[in-house]
Amino acid sequence: MATASSQTRKREAFGSRNVFILSAIGSAVGLGNIWRFPYVAYEGGGGAFLIPYLCALLTAGIPLLFLDYAIGHRFRGSAPLAFRRMHKAAEPLGWWQVLICVVIAVYYAVIVAWAAMYTWFSAQLTWGAGNEENFFFADFLKSADVAEVGVSTDFVPQVGIPLAVVWVAVIVIMALGVKRGIGRANMILMPLLTVMFAILVVQSLFLPGAMEGLNAFFTPNWEALADPGVWASAYGHIFFSLSVAFGIMVTYSSYLKRKTDLTGSGLVVAFANSGFEILAGIGVFAALGFMAQAQGTDVSGVASSGIGLAFIAFPTIVSQAAGGSIIGVLFFGALVFAGVTSLISILEVIVAALQDKLGWGRIRTTLTVSIPLAVISMALFSTTTALSVLDTADAFVNSFGIMAVALVAVVVVAWILHKLPVLQEHLNRRSSFRVGFLWKLLVGALAPIVLGYLLISELVAKISEPYGGYPGWFLSVFGWGMVIALVVIGVLLSLVPWSRRSNAKDDPEYDEFLDIENYDPDPETGTFPVLGSTDEEARA
Amino acid sequence: MTPVAIIMMIIAMVTVWGGLIAAVVNLARHPEAAETEPVPPTEL
Repeated sequence: MATASSQTRKREAFGSRNVFILSAIGSAVGLGNIWRFPYVAYEGGGGAFLIPYLCALLTAGIPLLFLDYAIGHRFRGSAPLAFRRMHKAAEPLGWWQVLICVVIAVYYAVIVAWAAMYTWFSAQLTWGAGNEENFFFADFLKSADVAEVGVSTDFVPQVGIPLAVVWVAVIVIMALGVKRGIGRANMILMPLLTVMFAILVVQSLFLPGAMEGLNAFFTPNWEALADPGVWASAYGHIFFSLSVAFGIMVTYSSYLKRKTDLTGSGLVVAFANSGFEILAGIGVFAALGFMAQAQGTDVSGVASSGIGLAFIAFPTIVSQAAGGSIIGVLFFGALVFAGVTSLISILEVIVAALQDKLGWGRIRTTLTVSIPLAVISMALFSTTTALSVLDTADAFVNSFGIMAVALVAVVVVAWILHKLPVLQEHLNRRSSFRVGFLWKLLVGALAPIVLGYLLISELVAKISEPYGGYPGWFLSVFGWGMVIALVVIGVLLSLVPWSRRSNAKDDPEYDEFLDIENYDPDPETGTFPVLGSTDEEARA
Repeated sequence: MTPVAIIMMIIAMVTVWGGLIAAVVNLARHPEAAETEPVPPTEL
């Protein structure tokens, strides 16, 4: 007998497979593709870096992406619910991922806000030629030293106001739901981002010195391949670039219809993400080649990444190039769009988790989640010490949040719960690209080895000297303290019981899914009569 | 640009963008299943 609530709630869904693919690409293509990849590749041997990069993509990135899709689609839930359905004791992993997304969301939003302001500044060269660096730190951010002032409460309006606008915009998108909000935003922003970026690349290629930049970017340094550090940075980069292992792809794939080609879609997402990175590498290094020529130095003298590349090098290029304003508007506009589509995917991990947990409606959950996040984001990142907090939180949550949870998750799923065969079967039942023993080997053996190596080297680096030269108390709070708190709070959250209204206890749609697929019924939701279940997947 | 840089650029474009095209073609050959999912059994 179907329960009375069966008509009240239906899991949200993407409008079509293409909307899902576009949204997954929107999530994967973020700031890292634009400002991180070009420099990582340049540092890691230029053209020769392609070899470790493709290896990392094929042996770690894509297999882990498939793993996330399989977990989300098989267990049809946000990260905590999906892991709980896999095994009750695995639930803290999901909350850990949710909390990682909380941290990333609060600082990611402020970078989007900076980029939005710089789109405007580019149009009128607000910074004044030659003053780009000083403008960013002193005039725009009004940066203060945490060692002197502590965590500041001085409000910087030119950051705080756009930050508030960014939050309002993403809250509206989130409140509209998966189909009308996230799906539609990606359907509009992703084609726009691609066109803008393509124009930017073409324009950069016509700058004087552009070919020198490309030469520096693609000239292979084969010796780099003998350096294990270069291989580690390729794996590390692929891993962050694809947004795997922190709940996003699990959440998004839980919104897919029952019969969806999971691996076929995943391949498109993975190669589209890498395709965008190559495009970004070409655009960024063409522009850096121009900058080097204009300053009479080598490309090596101007190459940089991250905030320095975006907010110091690019404004310099905008000041010096003919038609620089157009380059600036396209570049910062692209950062805004790439950032927004990634930010909403990060927020969706949190919103979906609480929706499953509380059984609340979309709007109520969105507002309950996003408004406190917006307040924390405003409090920490619209002040004069924003940059130090951002830098520290980002470095620590990447290494000891994302990387650590990924390592623990693959070990738990592969070696403790032995779920890879079940997930492999689930992928193959509906997908065009079949996965076999090799996939299990890559996820169960190579991924833990690589992630373990990366994690230990990060641990050694961050213990051996204080990160970024920040004071000890500051690193203990926003670095070490924060990453440890994520684990502790994750465990505590998994101890909070799920109410009878939550999707863990009452989910007729999931019961129906299990029934049609001939999977064993879920011990907790089990409201659906088990008609055709087989003894397959006995471990569940 | 030096010849070796041009060759590496072409290889990068062909492998990554070629991979993207191959993935899109593969997906197009497997169109999304129409919503033929059976109606849930009506309960008495």
